[in-house]
Amino acid sequence: MSVEEFQPRIIGFLCNWCSYAGADMAGTSRMTYPSNVRIIRLPCSGRVNPMIIFKAFQQGADGVMVSGCHPGDCHYVDGNYYARRRLAMLEPFLEYLGIEKGRFQLEWVSASEGKKWSQVVARFTDTVKSLGPRGKI
Amino acid sequence: MPRVGVFLCHCGTNIAGVVDIPTVAEAVKQFPGVVYVDDNKFSCSEPGQAAIRQSIIDNGLDRVVISACSPRMHEITFRKAVSAAGLNPYLMEIANIREHCSWVHSDNKEAATEKAIELVKMAVAKVSLHQELFRKRISMEKKALVIGGGIAGIQAALDIANAGHQVILVEREPTIGGRMAQLDKTFPTLDCSACILSPKMVDVSQHPNIRLLTYSEVEKVQGFVGNFEVEIRQRARYVNHTTCTGCGICWQKCPEKVPGEFEEGTGQRTSVYIPFPQAVPSKPVIDTVSCRYFKYLDFIDKKMEGKKPPPCRICEKLCPPQAIDWEQKDEIIRETVGAIVVATGFKTFDHSVYGEYGGGRIPDVITSLQLERLMNASGPTLGEVVRPSDGTHPKTVVFLSCVGSRDEAKGRPYCSKICCMYMAKQALMLKEHDPGVQSYIFYIDIRAGGKDFEEFTRRAQEEFGVLYLRGRVSKIYQDDKKLMVCGEDSLIGRPVEIAADMVVLATGVEPSEGAAKVAQTLNISYDTYGFMVEAHPKLRPVETNTDGILVAGACVGPRDIPDSVAHGGAAAAKVIGLLSQDTLTTEPLTAAIDASRCTGCLLCSQICPFQAIDMVPANGKSIAVVNEGLCKGCGLCVAACRSTAPSLKGYTDAQILSEVLALCP
Repeated sequence: MSVEEFQPRIIGFLCNWCSYAGADMAGTSRMTYPSNVRIIRLPCSGRVNPMIIFKAFQQGADGVMVSGCHPGDCHYVDGNYYARRRLAMLEPFLEYLGIEKGRFQLEWVSASEGKKWSQVVARFTDTVKSLGPRGKI
Repeated sequence: MPRVGVFLCHCGTNIAGVVDIPTVAEAVKQFPGVVYVDDNKFSCSEPGQAAIRQSIIDNGLDRVVISACSPRMHEITFRKAVSAAGLNPYLMEIANIREHCSWVHSDNKEAATEKAIELVKMAVAKVSLHQELFRKRISMEKKALVIGGGIAGIQAALDIANAGHQVILVEREPTIGGRMAQLDKTFPTLDCSACILSPKMVDVSQHPNIRLLTYSEVEKVQGFVGNFEVEIRQRARYVNHTTCTGCGICWQKCPEKVPGEFEEGTGQRTSVYIPFPQAVPSKPVIDTVSCRYFKYLDFIDKKMEGKKPPPCRICEKLCPPQAIDWEQKDEIIRETVGAIVVATGFKTFDHSVYGEYGGGRIPDVITSLQLERLMNASGPTLGEVVRPSDGTHPKTVVFLSCVGSRDEAKGRPYCSKICCMYMAKQALMLKEHDPGVQSYIFYIDIRAGGKDFEEFTRRAQEEFGVLYLRGRVSKIYQDDKKLMVCGEDSLIGRPVEIAADMVVLATGVEPSEGAAKVAQTLNISYDTYGFMVEAHPKLRPVETNTDGILVAGACVGPRDIPDSVAHGGAAAAKVIGLLSQDTLTTEPLTAAIDASRCTGCLLCSQICPFQAIDMVPANGKSIAVVNEGLCKGCGLCVAACRSTAPSLKGYTDAQILSEVLALCP
């Protein structure tokens, strides 16, 4: 009997203006990527507070990704800078909680970077796959 | 318990070809709150929308999930459909199972179906927590700002002004006209570029509804559609344009000569100058970098060593109305406008990275725009095409296409669209200037898609004997007075070498200097090359993702004059549509602050990029209150608040968590 390959559960929090549109662009350009990621649309990466990410891990997500506009390009002037600082602070804390490095990722994908989005998802899915299942906290 | 209706769209085979819709429908029926599930071939079509409306009424639905394409595509369409059934349009959520599912997971139908089910599940969970939201009305400033005075910007400004609205046209250079003003003739009709452009430039300067600000740049933009507050820096010209008559004595007498930007370096201009004779306004500016008096002032200021430059000031002494004003300072102009058109245009690729073509060091290897200036009757040579090195008339001219286009190695994989046509035009015109000229064009493909374009390139070959060689050039080197052009004719499969008198590089199109900075100032998207990104490449080609900001012309991508004019007119039509309204409705997806939780720490008001949070006194303390007219719904305050007082309508913590919980129960 073959062992079924582990399919991680990945949640992506994407800003509406760049990354969500970039993911749309990947679709319009018919670029295929692993289907593990489930996208939650937010207005801005700066809307993400750490509580949401903790909750996702607590509920058993194997990987969480936040993706926003490139620094300097935020639709709301500087929301992604807040996201960058806030989530940089979060990373060591996640490790402290026992969530391995690599399960959380912050990315910048613009509205025209459909290809980058598909690559980012493929890479992140691989990383999380290699880390294995995590289970609820 | 809400009564949720789920509508699954097939999108023809776009979704149904990958996602198994009956399986999804079966699974969706089990989700809490779902009382009705239906599927439709095209939910966005009129029958599809009618079915949604009817089902809402017949089944008493109070929440709707539409499982279809991206909400960025049809959210507004479906909000209207829901609204038509008497339901608040914000009680609808879209599950994106096309762009984010069927189109990207066509290689695994099972996984795609499973993902579609979960995406719908998330939407059902979220929509259950939606609340009725209502749009508010705000005032509209009936004035438009156009950034860039090239042909696209000129067209947009004229069209808006002719419709009776005020327009501010901001141009960075001392004159409007843009690239088109530099051209000699236009393809394929061979119209004289200046002859068709100059009247439009004059119209701009004389139009009662247009305020022209040249030598100016937009520094800051705040606010939102209907009420953008802009700051424009009017750079000091050191010439008082109110008293200046444009007589021309100053620029005729100025002793300092520098290479002219307008002439692309083929000719010179003085330090006090107008870029070209038909410039609008036809009043000069002083270039502080080259001006002798400014060099003198700089020398004194910095207490430099060596020979003191002369404190020239000849222009001041000779100016009849005494319009030279050394004390002039940059001026900040503040305006409120309802809409903004971005038409920042393009520049040509800097070919110095092509070392094999001389990298700019061989004087007789020139760019197409330089040739354009040489051919122009008002250019530096008065229309004589001569070699920059020795002033002789070239008899053999070789054109190289795709210099900085279709070249992945140089970071420019895209086609610049206009080069094939302008090369044909220039080769044809060279023959008209001097029948003894033989032109060769090295090309990859001849891209002549456009009205009368193919006929034109044929004419260049058949009537004017231009020789087209398919292949790239590998090397150009100087051999005495000749330029040896080594390439390959890939159609006969043999290397060729041509001894040319002049080589013209068809340099590609790229966004003008500082385009990305303009985009950042306006918070609109731009791509990796710096071209502005449209809201939708097909259906919303002149709109951006920011309401009230439109794009026109070559700042979006390479395009020719008729396309730029059409684009400028299209952007103007959108602006006129906007400005014809007396008030605007605002998006209700804004933040709201729970007064009972607010501690008055001010963090949210500091973090808010739109100054949309005011502090108001309440019960002996200060609390934060959101100004819904200014709030754009980014949610930064929500994430920043330590006491969870703000929440963002449509994206509350509870709603986001409901999606997470739907995925990880």
